[in-house]
Amino acid sequence: MQLTKKMRLDEAKQYVAGKLGVSVMDLCDSTVMRRLREELDIGVITAVAGAAKGLEAKARIADLLDVRINCVERLKNKMGL
Amino acid sequence: MADIQTRMGDGYSVSMTREEVREDLVAGSADAARRGKIPVLQPDEFDYLFEMFASPTRIWGVERGHEAVLTKDGSTNSLYSAQLSSGVGLPLSREQAFRTFERAFGFDSMEIGHTDYSVKPAKPIVVLEQNHVEAVLHTTIIPVFYGFMPNLGLYYRPDGPFPNPSDLLPKGQIAEARAATEEALEACYADLVWMTGKMDEVGADGINYDTTASTGDGEFYATLRAVEWAAKNTNLAVEVGMAAECVLGFHGQLEYNGKRLAGMWPHQQMKVVEEAGAHIFGPVVNTNSRRSTPWNLARAITFVKACTAEAKIPIHPNVGMGVGGVPMFETPPIDVVTRCSAAMVEIGKADGL
Repeated sequence: MQLTKKMRLDEAKQYVAGKLGVSVMDLCDSTVMRRLREELDIGVITAVAGAAKGLEAKARIADLLDVRINCVERLKNKMGL
Repeated sequence: MADIQTRMGDGYSVSMTREEVREDLVAGSADAARRGKIPVLQPDEFDYLFEMFASPTRIWGVERGHEAVLTKDGSTNSLYSAQLSSGVGLPLSREQAFRTFERAFGFDSMEIGHTDYSVKPAKPIVVLEQNHVEAVLHTTIIPVFYGFMPNLGLYYRPDGPFPNPSDLLPKGQIAEARAATEEALEACYADLVWMTGKMDEVGADGINYDTTASTGDGEFYATLRAVEWAAKNTNLAVEVGMAAECVLGFHGQLEYNGKRLAGMWPHQQMKVVEEAGAHIFGPVVNTNSRRSTPWNLARAITFVKACTAEAKIPIHPNVGMGVGGVPMFETPPIDVVTRCSAAMVEIGKADGL
């Protein structure tokens, strides 16, 4: 959110927490976020077979946060989407 | 009461009395306030810093809920390069290093950059750089920046075609030095724009103009114009990281939007970077190796706080070897690195580091 919308930190956290349906404290909690990231399939730190990785996860993040991500747009252009 | 163990600005341990630590905190902040004509820190902020330095714990951190994000400069050089880039010489490709930063070190963003990390040497091999950016864009989740230093110095003789102001100024040839700067900055600007466009073509998430103004106000001017161009013509997030706390006036008369660039302090640099259209500004405050870390950190936070108080864009202060209060040493000790980092967020109100 800092990179796409120039949001300051507190505003960025509020925005993302809102989109993910969690509190700002939960957003900063690695235990909560590890489980949530797997549920939302937006990429996790350990190598889980079948979990979204790389550009797959980035595309899902772009949708979830309603932001434009350059490389995701490039993928869509390449696929004619 | 027991003395406080802390560090000097060169990284060596020092034992200070509680009074000496308090005096250094106040003096460091006062030094920044005098130079930048900005407010000193508040009493409760000094109390926080004192408590932090007085604590015997090796590691210090932010309060839970106050975590901030990281942007990285210098790209993956830290892993595969040599001492010249503070690298640890691991036999890793840039793609392997990038994924290591994401997966093993938990970085929030990362860069691809040329081993010779300036725009001029990266230009001839741009296609290779684009390919490496594309490779990591497919395999990683964190934002991918392409980073380089504008490094106007490489455009002057003997490395470049333009006369060198460092040779002309000692001879009193001020007009000639200014003319050389004005010519060279146009070439630098053209290269900055060209490389930036190339990275946007392949879908990079951002561009980082690192150590901006290392060669003074001419370089700062070229970079600000490149930021304007990038903000208008690309979809890249633009980060500007500075080289030093005060812009050197090798030219002395260059202005941006009516503001003279020479002599600008971080809060003034931030304003013009914001006006140019950047997404993130990374101020630098230089460490004085002859002063204590309490002095250096209080000084650095005073400058950074003057930025964050007025900023409309995220502020990511440089907190690393020799900047942001951290000692000037190849492997800065973590007892003060963690303190400087946390204090930048808690007191400096940084949006990231």
